[in-house]
Amino acid sequence: MTPLHGLLDTEAIRKDFPILDRMVHDGKKIVYLDNAATSQKPRQVLDALNAYYEQHNANVHRGVHVLAEEATALYEGARDKVAAFINAPSRDEVIFTKNASESLNLVANMLGWADEPYRVDRETEIVITEMEHHSNIVPWQLLSQRTGAKLKWFGLTDDGRLDLSDIDQVITEKTKIVSFTLVSNIMGTINPVDAIVRRAQDVGALVLIDASQAAPHMPLDVQALGADFVAFTGHKMCGPTGIGVLWGRQELLEDLPPFLGGGEMIETVSMHSSTYAPAPHKFEAGTPPIAQAVGLGAAVDYLTAIGMDKIEAHEHAITEYAVKRLLEVPDLRIIGPTTAEDRGAAISFVLGDIHPHDVGQVLDEQGIAVRVGHHCARPVCLRYGIPATTRASFYLYSTPAEVDALVEGLEHVRNFFG
Amino acid sequence: MKLDSMYQEVILDHYKHPHGRGLRDGDAEVHHVNPTCGDEITLRVKLDGSKIVDVSYEGQGCSISQASASVMNELVVGRELDEAMKVQEVFLELMQSKGKLEPDDAMEEVLEDAVAFAGVSKYPARVKCALLSWMAWKDATAQALSERESA
Repeated sequence: MTPLHGLLDTEAIRKDFPILDRMVHDGKKIVYLDNAATSQKPRQVLDALNAYYEQHNANVHRGVHVLAEEATALYEGARDKVAAFINAPSRDEVIFTKNASESLNLVANMLGWADEPYRVDRETEIVITEMEHHSNIVPWQLLSQRTGAKLKWFGLTDDGRLDLSDIDQVITEKTKIVSFTLVSNIMGTINPVDAIVRRAQDVGALVLIDASQAAPHMPLDVQALGADFVAFTGHKMCGPTGIGVLWGRQELLEDLPPFLGGGEMIETVSMHSSTYAPAPHKFEAGTPPIAQAVGLGAAVDYLTAIGMDKIEAHEHAITEYAVKRLLEVPDLRIIGPTTAEDRGAAISFVLGDIHPHDVGQVLDEQGIAVRVGHHCARPVCLRYGIPATTRASFYLYSTPAEVDALVEGLEHVRNFFG
Repeated sequence: MKLDSMYQEVILDHYKHPHGRGLRDGDAEVHHVNPTCGDEITLRVKLDGSKIVDVSYEGQGCSISQASASVMNELVVGRELDEAMKVQEVFLELMQSKGKLEPDDAMEEVLEDAVAFAGVSKYPARVKCALLSWMAWKDATAQALSERESA
């Protein structure tokens, strides 16, 4: 095998991830290829979580004691780190949520309750795509049902890309919001942001980008994207679960109404009415996920120290190799782009008529962790006429040897059900 | 190998050569899905009094769910309803045993081929696959009976 270009020093990186040494099923070393579902966590993040609870734990933004001040500084410090990570013009544009789903739901609810010119109602339209994660479909179905707005979407081409041939009919003067994923969680497709944003801006629609599968894997610059909102989650990018991010343009966050009411999001409260704190606090009712935000801050530090451009290059090399090797497996069909061009490191496939559930089970027996099923993107399975897929997804610690293990594992699957 | 305890020969046999597959005339029809993995089954039951005349089904899914439907068809068709319900209860008990129940002779006599699914009960993610067709059958039977009552 010719050496791959652009690989990271995975030997060093893997030392940061204790779980990657785990043995499963009687002494088989785990081959973790389920990174699109959640990433593993480096020791640096685990240490930050521990240190927070052992040394600094208190509630934030209240209390004058030393622990409260330290906890607040750590929590708000994490906001600064995230803001820098995504090149946000202002730290006040970074809202902490519990996950990407909550971020997406938050925007859908803001728009449902908003006044003109943002208000989504029966005269208006919402645009999504057929390759969205359920978390970027269902909130819009709910909004559509509640407001009477029409829900429209872009279909898919046979090779797993967005079909934008009818973009002028899909995004129209009636469109209030266009919400789409930057990278497909099931097919790995990287979508053409510019074309969609340009058309949305032409008709005055807002744009929400689901960057859950992008933020962990490539440099993310919210200003370059040109969107109005960007959502992602912490646990797929080396952070803990329970922390997500919604970035939004400041003027929108000022104009749009809050969704959840409670402590921390207010300015003054009387029994008759209340006024609200400025963003981001306006959208962070109640005690936030403090330790989780601190953990995400540590994850951002970790990724930044390695370099998002280097991580992107590493994954591109691994993806290129994985696509090539997988296509050598008899009866294997990739669902999605069959080259590494404009694609991320999540690769879905079907193997003959062996059901993905069976594929995953036999792989698991060999210590190989993949995801099987709909991947919360059932419309994609329907579109390609398949019951489900097997998905292997890679990250900064993935190695060519793990790709080889997968391919050997699939050979074993074929023999088992052959 | 542990895997062989799940994929028993008899299960793979049923998967490759399913019994009673295809939709035929019935008194009630249900469609059940297993949302975590995409297994689906459409199932019809045909009753004659308290006797199960036919259980027909069509679906897609993993080997466990498909084999289980085949075994279920074999076990309940031609049986009296209360008898078949008992078989279902024993199967449910086995599947919920988390691999801790060693089927004895009595259980083997009741479950016949279905006893091969004992190994599946060790895999929490797969128990639903094995139960999908049985739950669909139970649901369809309940519907057929309630339709008969209201008729």
